[in-house]
Amino acid sequence: MIGKNQIAERHIGSLLEDYPFLTSFFGDNGLLVDGHSDATLNELFSEFDEEEREEKAINPALLMNQAAEFINQMLAFLNEDNDVHALTILPGTDKSGVPEGFDSLVIKKSEVVSIVGPTGSGKSRLLGDIEWVAQADTPTSRRILINGDIPDSSWRFSTSKKLVAQLSQNMNFVMDLSVREFIELHAESRLVENPAEIVERVIIEANNLAGESFSPDTPITSLSGGQSRALMIADTAILSRSPIILIDEIENAGIDRKRALQLLLSEEKIVLMATHDPILALMADRRIIIRNGGIAKVIETTDEERTILSTLEELDRTILGYRTRLRAGESLLEGE
Amino acid sequence: MNLVTVSGPPSSGKTSVILKTIDALKQRGLKIGVVKFDCLYTDDDTLYRKAGIPVKKGLSGAMCPDHYFVSNIEEVAQWGIGEELDLLISESAGLCNRCSPYIKEIKAVCVIDNLSGVNTPKKIGPMLKSADIVVITKGDIVSQAEREVFASKVNLVNPSAIIMHINGLTGQGSFELSTLFHDEKNVIDTLVGRELRFTMPSALCSYCLGETRIGENFQMGNVRKMNLETGQ
Ligand SMILES: Nc1nc2c(ncn2[C@@H]2O[C@H](COP(=O)(O)OP(=O)(O)OP(=O)(O)O)[C@@H](O)[C@H]2O)c(=O)[nH]1
Ligand SMILES: Nc1ncnc2c1ncn2[C@@H]1O[C@H](COP(=O)(O)OP(=O)(O)OP(=O)(O)O)[C@@H](O)[C@H]1O
Ligand SMILES: [Mg+2]
Ligand SMILES: [Mg+2]
Ligand SMILES: [Zn+2]
Ligand SMILES: [Zn+2]
Repeated sequence: MIGKNQIAERHIGSLLEDYPFLTSFFGDNGLLVDGHSDATLNELFSEFDEEEREEKAINPALLMNQAAEFINQMLAFLNEDNDVHALTILPGTDKSGVPEGFDSLVIKKSEVVSIVGPTGSGKSRLLGDIEWVAQADTPTSRRILINGDIPDSSWRFSTSKKLVAQLSQNMNFVMDLSVREFIELHAESRLVENPAEIVERVIIEANNLAGESFSPDTPITSLSGGQSRALMIADTAILSRSPIILIDEIENAGIDRKRALQLLLSEEKIVLMATHDPILALMADRRIIIRNGGIAKVIETTDEERTILSTLEELDRTILGYRTRLRAGESLLEGE
Repeated sequence: MNLVTVSGPPSSGKTSVILKTIDALKQRGLKIGVVKFDCLYTDDDTLYRKAGIPVKKGLSGAMCPDHYFVSNIEEVAQWGIGEELDLLISESAGLCNRCSPYIKEIKAVCVIDNLSGVNTPKKIGPMLKSADIVVITKGDIVSQAEREVFASKVNLVNPSAIIMHINGLTGQGSFELSTLFHDEKNVIDTLVGRELRFTMPSALCSYCLGETRIGENFQMGNVRKMNLETGQ
């Protein structure tokens, strides 16, 4: 842990060398440190008179506390052992208040679990419970354990140390940024080590998934629905360090979903996805059946069931083929 | 009585978040009141009244609403104590990016929304920088990645705040916020002698005093000129 006083007395240059992420901290807090690397923060502040401080709304004590807090957060995050080997769901109640009929549901690292059930049955709510690491404090009263324990509540509030990466139904953008700038900012917020390389990979993979390709300079606000989804899938798969990935419906998208899922299924992660799509459901190891807000059943995908998968995939390829022809302006009849 | 100050840019979702949070607090049997500070106009008092919440409103008119807030908060607190409230929430529209209504040791909440742009967090100043809790609303409208980028920009200017995402329409997340609002240990009888977290300078030029005419001859008091050579 670094304290406020240590920060105040060190040369700015050496601070930035040890904690490069302070550059954006100083920048966003309106403190120009360029050309002051031989000064300490105390010296820099003493150059401002009262009026300048008022003018810039700078409060040296607050700023130094915040800088210390920021450094400690980042260090904790970088050294963090993010290992999650098991996620446990403890039962709550369904929408009628009836207790769920299971003792505990444990999902292990590298497992893929799908969540199925009618519209409005509570699939998104279950994902929400996991994201919030619910402790009987959501409408379902479920509890979530991480590695068998009640987790530290810092999971809930941290901006960089995220337990889950979520791929939500909503893919809108409002920020005035190009694809590259946006992914760079996201990489920065997730503290990835080699941002330039990672950003390139995200964009390449997104283009592999999207029907129509886009350039890194495209404004994010002008991406099509399919392109936005492809970008978010590649972003979630490649950028995120979160040990758990939650997916809320990826099927109704103009993207290659099987490839998308493969990209998301890295060995290290726990993946849960709410879906109405039989192909995605069968690709999972197990599926949770939700009825009236409660977990009604858990079904293991058997090898026998998986034999259906090849039939479904064949059908899917056929449909995809027609879709491609439709897009390309060709006739749907063979050989025309 | 507890006091919580909620502030944030216009239309960021303050009232929506406060209403949903009060729903959760009421379930715990607490009596809650609200005071709304604004500049020229507000309908918020009607919304609170409709929800059965005791409410007072103050319009600052020609003054900075945060200056107006400090000049009136003690009287409002006494009103709340008289009403036997367990919790008084103040809502103020952050119209002045330089001032903030936060008082030392009184819980300070800043509400800002995901639609306001990536650079907004660094523009807002003390209202965001010195808050204890930052609530980010309208996450339903943007992608997860954009929510994360926005939150990390907030964290950069205020790393010690608790950052929470709340949907002002559905109230998702407001239960969680309500657990941070009421604190039996921080009961106040009076605010006299308390201090603001940040200074609130007021320029006091002739325009502050009602001058409308343009030109050097009409400018008096604390006047500051742009430097057009350096652009600063
Ligand atoms: N989509 C969406 N809309 C929201 C959300 N929160 C608030 N709104 C809407 O945003 C608008 C402004 O919300 P208010 O709660 O009145 O905002 P406010 O900050 O109290 O506004 P003032 O007091 O006038 O400054 C309303 O139309 C709300 O319904 C949210 O999380 N998502
Ligand atoms: N156990 C429960 N107790 C109380 N409310 C619940 C419970 N489960 C779900 N709900 C509520 O029911 C509503 C619908 O749930 P949800 O949005 O999760 O459905 P869904 O299965 O994702 O639907 P869709 O397929 O349309 O996306 C939500 O408001 C949710 O909070
Ligand atoms: Mg859903
Ligand atoms: Mg309001
Ligand atoms: Zn002001
Ligand atoms: Zn003035």
